Amino acid sequence: MLNAENLWFRYGTHLPWTIQEKSMAVAPGDVIGIMAPSGFGKTTLAKLLAGYLNPAKGNVTLDDKPLPKRSYNPVQLVFQNPELAINPRWRIDRILREGHPPLLRHLDALGISSSWLTRYPHELSGGELQRVAIARVLNPQTRYLIADEMTAMLDANTQALIWQVVLNIARQQQMGLIIISHDARLLNRLCPKCLDLTHTHPSEPNLDEMLPTY
Amino acid sequence: MTLIPPQAPLRRSRLQRLTLSRRQQTLWVIGLCSLFLLGIILSTWIIGDTGLNPILAQRNQSPSLDHPFGTDWLGRDMLSRSLHGMSLSLRVGLLAATISAFIGSSLGLAAGTLGGWVDAVITWIVDVFFSLPHLVLLILIAFAVGGGTTGVVVAVALTHWTSLARVIRAEVLQVNSSDYVQLSHRLGRSPLWIARHHMIPHIIPQLLVGLILLFPHAILHEAALSFIGIGLSPHIPAIGIILAESMRHLSTGYWWLGVMPGVLLLLAVKAFDWLGENLRDLLDPKTSQG
Repeated sequence: MLNAENLWFRYGTHLPWTIQEKSMAVAPGDVIGIMAPSGFGKTTLAKLLAGYLNPAKGNVTLDDKPLPKRSYNPVQLVFQNPELAINPRWRIDRILREGHPPLLRHLDALGISSSWLTRYPHELSGGELQRVAIARVLNPQTRYLIADEMTAMLDANTQALIWQVVLNIARQQQMGLIIISHDARLLNRLCPKCLDLTHTHPSEPNLDEMLPTY
Repeated sequence: MTLIPPQAPLRRSRLQRLTLSRRQQTLWVIGLCSLFLLGIILSTWIIGDTGLNPILAQRNQSPSLDHPFGTDWLGRDMLSRSLHGMSLSLRVGLLAATISAFIGSSLGLAAGTLGGWVDAVITWIVDVFFSLPHLVLLILIAFAVGGGTTGVVVAVALTHWTSLARVIRAEVLQVNSSDYVQLSHRLGRSPLWIARHHMIPHIIPQLLVGLILLFPHAILHEAALSFIGIGLSPHIPAIGIILAESMRHLSTGYWWLGVMPGVLLLLAVKAFDWLGENLRDLLDPKTSQG
């Protein structure tokens, strides 16, 4: 069970709260969608849940224990832009093996051909790279996967392929899936449960409020 | 009816051959530049002292096959004098640039990794150095140390580390906050492992290119300091001293005394420049494969 209790977060002590009083719980095998337009703290929430950021108040627990800081984190995040989430100096093979090596059948399912393995990231397209980034964290040690706008920059065909494979594997491995997107239609098709940050957000942030004051 | 010109396939293959050889081209430029510079440095040992002794019967000869750079007012061969001067300048420049790169990279790494007040102090020092006129600072330090070879090395080393420190600091900060390094932490990798596998491979090429692009600066400033008389001693045939001496003879029509050593200096500096640029292309995976 991945639990987030009463999360508060802001990027600086003089800045307005980005996340206020958010709680959620994800059970193994759950598929939960998080919906909000940009600027509502979707990515911040994703980073809090995966342990990239520490909440100012509240805590994130995995089976009543805090997320591991030093060892492999069973809660993994897939970023929107794969080009930033991959070391441009490494070959694909090495990128895939950075954590626990992925299963061969997952690579096959995602359509990652063995000829990519010896290439550099700039030699692959955005869609191909995103599949590599997903395959990197789809191993059995990952128990919760947070997809932060994972397919937002991909074409419809690649999107369909990726979601089909990811949902399949999540079902097989009893992996909890949190899908973050601004796209209501996509979330309606993928998730039985959907959390809408626009309604739960107490004060809607506007751009003036987000800018630091001097 | 010749809609398709018969040369079309031939032309494409020629173009293909040209584009395919870009990596080889880069390697060739790097090889030739290194060979040229190494040749200059080693030339002193090969030619020895021949041509440095005055032969008054051969004074002020313009460039010929016997003396490609001509001879000076004492009948010394300008080619061997220029090579001796250039070799010395290169060695002084290498030493100064290496010290400078060492200072720059250690301070840049410290600022980038430690952050906090260490970063603030180092950034402040860099800003102070940037706000002062380069050459004035160089002259002041060289003068304060007492001139000579040490003066030049210390002055160039102390004034040239700033830009490299800034580059290294920025790279460290950028890589540290990048998604893939953050992700590497979550994949269970230790900070030491990340430093070894993500940071250092990213920093080393920047350092190498920065170092090589520092050489021409160091050499030019060594020549400049020697030219105005607070660099190397006038007894040593440094390139700056040869150029300073030639000034007196330029108006009398002995153009080769200034032009020939000047061209050699220009070529050596440019060779370092090409070396650095091509090495950068080679080390960046985006451009190394073409």
